[in-house]
Amino acid sequence: MSEGDTLLYLDGVTVTFDGFRALNALSLALEEGEMRAMVGPNGAGKTTMMDVITGKTRPDSGKVVFGKDIDLTRLDEPAIASLGIGRKFQKPTVFEPHTVWDNLLLALAGDRTPRFTLFSRQTAGEKRRIEEILETTRLRDHRNRRAADLSHGQKQWLEIGMLLAQEPQLLLVDEPVAGMTDSETEQTAELLREINKSRSVVVVEHDMAFVRALGVKVTVLNEGSVLSEGSIDHVSEDPKVIEVYLGR
Amino acid sequence: MKIGIGGYAAIVLVMGVALILTLLNQLTPATSALHVPTYVVALAGKYLCYAMLALAVDLVWGFGGILSLGHAAFFALGGYAMGMYLMRQIGTRGVYGNANLPDFMVFLGWHQLPWYWFGFEWFGYAVLMAILVPAVLAGVFGWLAFRSRVTGVYLSIITQALTYALLLAFFRNDMGFGGNNGLTDFKDILGFSIQSDGTRCALLVASALFLCGQFLLARFVVDSRFGKVLIAVRDTESRTRFLGYRPESYKLVVWVLSAVMAGIGGALYVPQVGIINPSEFAPGNSIEAVIWVAVGGRGTLVGPILGAILVNFGKTWFTGALPEVWLYALGAMFILVTLFLPKGVMGLFTRREREPAADEIPATAREVTG
Repeated sequence: MSEGDTLLYLDGVTVTFDGFRALNALSLALEEGEMRAMVGPNGAGKTTMMDVITGKTRPDSGKVVFGKDIDLTRLDEPAIASLGIGRKFQKPTVFEPHTVWDNLLLALAGDRTPRFTLFSRQTAGEKRRIEEILETTRLRDHRNRRAADLSHGQKQWLEIGMLLAQEPQLLLVDEPVAGMTDSETEQTAELLREINKSRSVVVVEHDMAFVRALGVKVTVLNEGSVLSEGSIDHVSEDPKVIEVYLGR
Repeated sequence: MKIGIGGYAAIVLVMGVALILTLLNQLTPATSALHVPTYVVALAGKYLCYAMLALAVDLVWGFGGILSLGHAAFFALGGYAMGMYLMRQIGTRGVYGNANLPDFMVFLGWHQLPWYWFGFEWFGYAVLMAILVPAVLAGVFGWLAFRSRVTGVYLSIITQALTYALLLAFFRNDMGFGGNNGLTDFKDILGFSIQSDGTRCALLVASALFLCGQFLLARFVVDSRFGKVLIAVRDTESRTRFLGYRPESYKLVVWVLSAVMAGIGGALYVPQVGIINPSEFAPGNSIEAVIWVAVGGRGTLVGPILGAILVNFGKTWFTGALPEVWLYALGAMFILVTLFLPKGVMGLFTRREREPAADEIPATAREVTG
């Protein structure tokens, strides 16, 4: 694999919290346009990995490179978000007092400075873009509802919609189907595949059925480093993976 | 910008009452039953200045989630700037008759005006300082605090410490602001006698105009996209960061704006009460301002104006009729409002919002507005 095709590259990333190694020399490469599923038991370091990529946590050592040569460990959250890395949290976090429409408006790619937002008005282009996202996320009929009043699944979609509005190159999605019904889970898998047509996606998920439904390359994390990598069938037959999940 | 029924009502009420009091004071003879004594005019003007402080607190607390327990500091700084101008207008009419030095400096044995008093003989300069000094202090304080991600109760404590530090500093005689006694014995403002009925009425109308102007400005800010980001920061700060916003710069902008609004309130307050002293920095003053906002309705802009006027009206009445009861009444009011009127007095007016179910109204029938 040549360096140019790699969108995100983690090399020997270590994060320690009070002596506990949350990430232990984690190395990982994600290609442009790829969708990757990350699985692993609790405490394997999945969320910490996302924290490192999005600038919330600084690694003790190691490299995190985005695109050709952008060192993410030197940037903070807003700077990384502006580079085109979007993150969806485990618990849906939308702006509850705002309407669905306003949530998407705030997420739309564009100038983030107070100087701009104080005087800006919605443009026709922005309205069109929001309409599109409402369509994609099946929230067209809920545009004027306050986000606080949406169902759990609708909030998850709204948050995914907000990520789309950001127009990121890379989407990090933390447990998107936790607490969803079966049909919502199915629709979410479809939505993620749709999104993956134009951007790279990393999905962290416990739900193995969902990971299987995505049908993508799987990385298994354990104790802060990569335990196994490959197709879902490959990793689920890996004796090391079986030991971690079923053994002990 | 959505001014709303409450907003229009507040503007009409504030301007209407100010104009009616002015007319009744100016046009009726002192013997008439309709005559409004000048002290009532000055009292009303004072309430409106407090309302500006309340509005400033609501902007940062109600919309930015920054609970400031030191906002009266900005109010007092604006007041001191105006007080310094008024001191310089006294000229040779002071007790010592010194044209160059205010009385307290002569008393301290000073021979020269300190450098930071230069320029205060000009009204424009004093007004500029009433805006700039709170803005710069808020800017420096906010830049340090918000950049270090100091939030919640920690930030409240620092704001309290800020106003307390200023209280102690202004108490010192060698600070050059009149120490314990502050600045008083004012004579003229812009050449008009500060005691005259006409000046009092003009100051009341000016306060009403500035209050309404500040209200409209605050409304514009919270209804803009900036305001939406600000509310998002208030509720889910970390999420806004991952969307690429810098919450610290949003907080800083609204914090400085709010400090300036409070400073202007203070500058209008001082000529109407005739004195400014360090007690204006007392932590209790800032906490009272927060109570006005809570009583009126946090995050409503109209509510805090109402709250400031109502609570202070109550205070005037209570401290006249039952002085020993006032503090208990204030405490009881705060507890009752918190328990039974979480949205303050404004909560009584706004009907419980019923969200229309999505399937009740076809999407196309609803217009999407910014």
